[in-house]
Amino acid sequence: MSDFNTVGKSVKKIDALSLAAGEKMFTDDFEIPDKEKLLHLAVLYSPYAYAKIKNIDIGEAEKMDGVIDVLYYGNVERVLHTTAGQGFPEPSPYDTVLFDKKVRFVGDRVALVAATSKKIAQEALKKIKVEYEILEPLFDIEKATSPDAPKIHDDDEYAVIPTKYDPEHNIAAEVEIKFGDIESGFAEADFVEEHTYRTQYAAHCTIEPHAAAAYFDAMGRLIIISSTQVPFHARRITARVLGINEGMIRVIKPRIGGGFGGKQEILVEPLVAMVAWRNKRPAKLVLSREEVFVSSRTRNPMRIRLKTGVKNNGTITAIEMDALMNTGAYGAHALTVLSNAGSKVLPLFNKIENLRFFGRSVYTNLPVGGAYRGYGATKGYFAFNQQIDIIARKVGQDVLEYIKKWHIKEGETSPIFEALGEGKEGVSQIIHSCKLTECIDRGAKAIGWYEKRGKHIRNGDWVKGVGVSVAMQGSGIPRVDMGSAYIKMNDDGSFNLHIGATDLGTGSDTILAQIAAETLQTPIEKFIVRSSDTDLTPFDVGAYASSTTYVSGNAVRKCAEKIREQIIEVAAKIMNADGDNLILENSAVKNLANGKVLPFEKIAKYSLYTQDQFQIQAGESFVGDESPPPFAAQFAEVDVDTRTGKIVVKKFVSAVDCGQPINPKLVEGQVEGAVLNGITYALCEEYLFDKNGRMTNDNFWDYKIFSTADMPKLITIVVNSFEETGPFGAKSVAEIGINGPMPAIANALFDAVGVRLFDAPFTPEKVLRALHKRSA
Amino acid sequence: MTGDFTINGERKILSFEARTTLLRALRENGYTEIKEGCGEGECGACVVLLDGKLVNSCQVLAASAIGSEITTVRGIGDIHIPHPIQQAFVDAGAVQCGFCTPGMVVATYYLLQKNPSPTEKEILKSLDGNLCRCTGYVKIIDAVKLAAEGMEK
Repeated sequence: MSDFNTVGKSVKKIDALSLAAGEKMFTDDFEIPDKEKLLHLAVLYSPYAYAKIKNIDIGEAEKMDGVIDVLYYGNVERVLHTTAGQGFPEPSPYDTVLFDKKVRFVGDRVALVAATSKKIAQEALKKIKVEYEILEPLFDIEKATSPDAPKIHDDDEYAVIPTKYDPEHNIAAEVEIKFGDIESGFAEADFVEEHTYRTQYAAHCTIEPHAAAAYFDAMGRLIIISSTQVPFHARRITARVLGINEGMIRVIKPRIGGGFGGKQEILVEPLVAMVAWRNKRPAKLVLSREEVFVSSRTRNPMRIRLKTGVKNNGTITAIEMDALMNTGAYGAHALTVLSNAGSKVLPLFNKIENLRFFGRSVYTNLPVGGAYRGYGATKGYFAFNQQIDIIARKVGQDVLEYIKKWHIKEGETSPIFEALGEGKEGVSQIIHSCKLTECIDRGAKAIGWYEKRGKHIRNGDWVKGVGVSVAMQGSGIPRVDMGSAYIKMNDDGSFNLHIGATDLGTGSDTILAQIAAETLQTPIEKFIVRSSDTDLTPFDVGAYASSTTYVSGNAVRKCAEKIREQIIEVAAKIMNADGDNLILENSAVKNLANGKVLPFEKIAKYSLYTQDQFQIQAGESFVGDESPPPFAAQFAEVDVDTRTGKIVVKKFVSAVDCGQPINPKLVEGQVEGAVLNGITYALCEEYLFDKNGRMTNDNFWDYKIFSTADMPKLITIVVNSFEETGPFGAKSVAEIGINGPMPAIANALFDAVGVRLFDAPFTPEKVLRALHKRSA
Repeated sequence: MTGDFTINGERKILSFEARTTLLRALRENGYTEIKEGCGEGECGACVVLLDGKLVNSCQVLAASAIGSEITTVRGIGDIHIPHPIQQAFVDAGAVQCGFCTPGMVVATYYLLQKNPSPTEKEILKSLDGNLCRCTGYVKIIDAVKLAAEGMEK
């Protein structure tokens, strides 16, 4: 399957030069119409983790020169919604309002000032007098459901889908699935391995903070420019909060400075929209870095208890995963991140007959979780991959051979696909493409597995180790995620490609154009791409759940196929030929019967101007019946300083099967970015809190992400497979790379120095403590 | 207040409030190619050349820079005539979201001016002040190497 013209080629990202040249392309770069009336917003956040607002006095603030509006619970209608930008009805509970009488975490919104300058707005915040009644906060997830725990949501919050939602006990979501007989499975085992794994709060750290601007067009419709991953969900949820129809709002996503799940939340759009709507003036809000850390969304901490029954030959007779997730003060993605920890992980070893997954998301008075690249899978795989390493060592087998024996293969399935979906049951599917064994073999070679594993190579205080992890993800949410595309042909044989899909910097505009170009046998330069504009492009759920290449890509392929039919129909008329003999080649139609060629330009001009005139155009949609998983084997080589406990990742290899890569360089870019993010998540990224629940490291100095100086050698191996249900054989790839680093590093740490860390991140302090404990 | 600057080779009078950072003053006067990622001197999205030196413009008071020469990414090249560094970032696949890219290009320009053929170690060290969350830096480093090769020819 290498006879493609455009697919499989690393064509240049179509927006790259404009970005490298610093063109005005991001939300905060644009000049807002009516800019002399522009309102700048500043938000007052709660300094307390849990409190009732007894009284707010906005009088002084309102009186200030330049202050136009002050919003708080007393003058903004209470509209319950979720900030999670998901499909409708959302699987996340409606437990959030713009401004409430209660504040539930340090960073919760209390009030907002709209003023003629940012400075005035910020000054005015200081004049708002708030009287709080401080309530006892809840920080410990293990205590959240106990009868005497503080109740975080005790008003009119509700779940919109039929699911367990029990705010009375701080349960934001709960899910359970079972197969076989778990008890007899454990009874059959020669030994039982049970460990508790804990992951931490982490931030997305998009370099562009969340930003949105709202203004009116000449017809009085509200235009929102937003740094969002989900323009259509942003429109729907903002419309709900404002109490107006979706049709009154147009959301435009320009270029956005990274998302990683953090901009799948409808946080800033309703604020600028509400201010604009109330005051009939444009409004803008760009969050500061501190605001992003403290008030936006995070990666949820999760506690996973993983219990496996194992026979001495390595057969796993039963597996039980008990996941307890901290959703923070609100339940954005509380059910789906949780389910994902089981649904994306447990099918990987599909031959285990007795299985139970129990998950619970609980409210606390800490920052709100949400979507984050990898979603629940990242946490599930941290537990799963360490457990597999422990088991393989115990039964005396090479972990690579062990995984190769037990992982899901082509032609196989897992009952979990059907049992565990996202907010509802999943969809059963057979794996059509899986090159995980090849990923393991090629990755092992690149890391030098057999030369380094178990060798404890020493250099002074430093000891070397290698570890592996494997993962699968998905390609969109089957029968939920829909993407659509529209194409029309222009006079010169160029095409407009309009897609709802959201390019976050991933390059989806480019690869979707590649898919159209391949279908129509014309160069990618012939496509004028417009994406993510709710007025001008057809619907797409947006960029999340690794959906774009597969779901939006299939929509583009289907759409381009319709265009191909129309082109051939017109060409047949002009050429007086039998359509069955006509093919597309080189921006032209070729008659196989006589070798005659008719360029696209002539076909376009004929259809527009000559006879039986019509616009060659088509729209198509795609919703997946399945979600073919990409697979990855990832390897860490670490050096551990036994004197200080510091772990240095020297080399990290990722071998990834994402089907046929549409654009190999962009595939590598997705993996490399996800991997480095995963490495810092494993080693140093962590929200630190004081005893009152306030984040104490809300800046890039204290919340460390790697720069070039800290980089390990990253090697990415793209292992081609062919996914028959994907566009030109492609599966998605954006998330999977982040799942491996944490477990692979943990396993490498053990390989080096024989200690295991079950609590991330693996700071030198924790490593040193474990080393001391072992030698004691 | 107002101040006289030479920006990308052109003399400009900018108006800004006292105590405004150079970053804000430039952005508010239309130089939006300079990005604000943190406002605290850590991410490097706002770097410019100030009298030939690489600085985080969020850490400089605009008033203290009056009379200076400032070079932003748009002074290095544009979409019509891109600089080889910008082209190298495109060719190497170093641009994902592109928010850090203007700063990366300016930092690379500064490096290659001083050191036309840097080693990998020198590249890693000199881009240390510019954060990127999308790329894992692999292709950014490729781009710097590619630019250095291209500019030598």
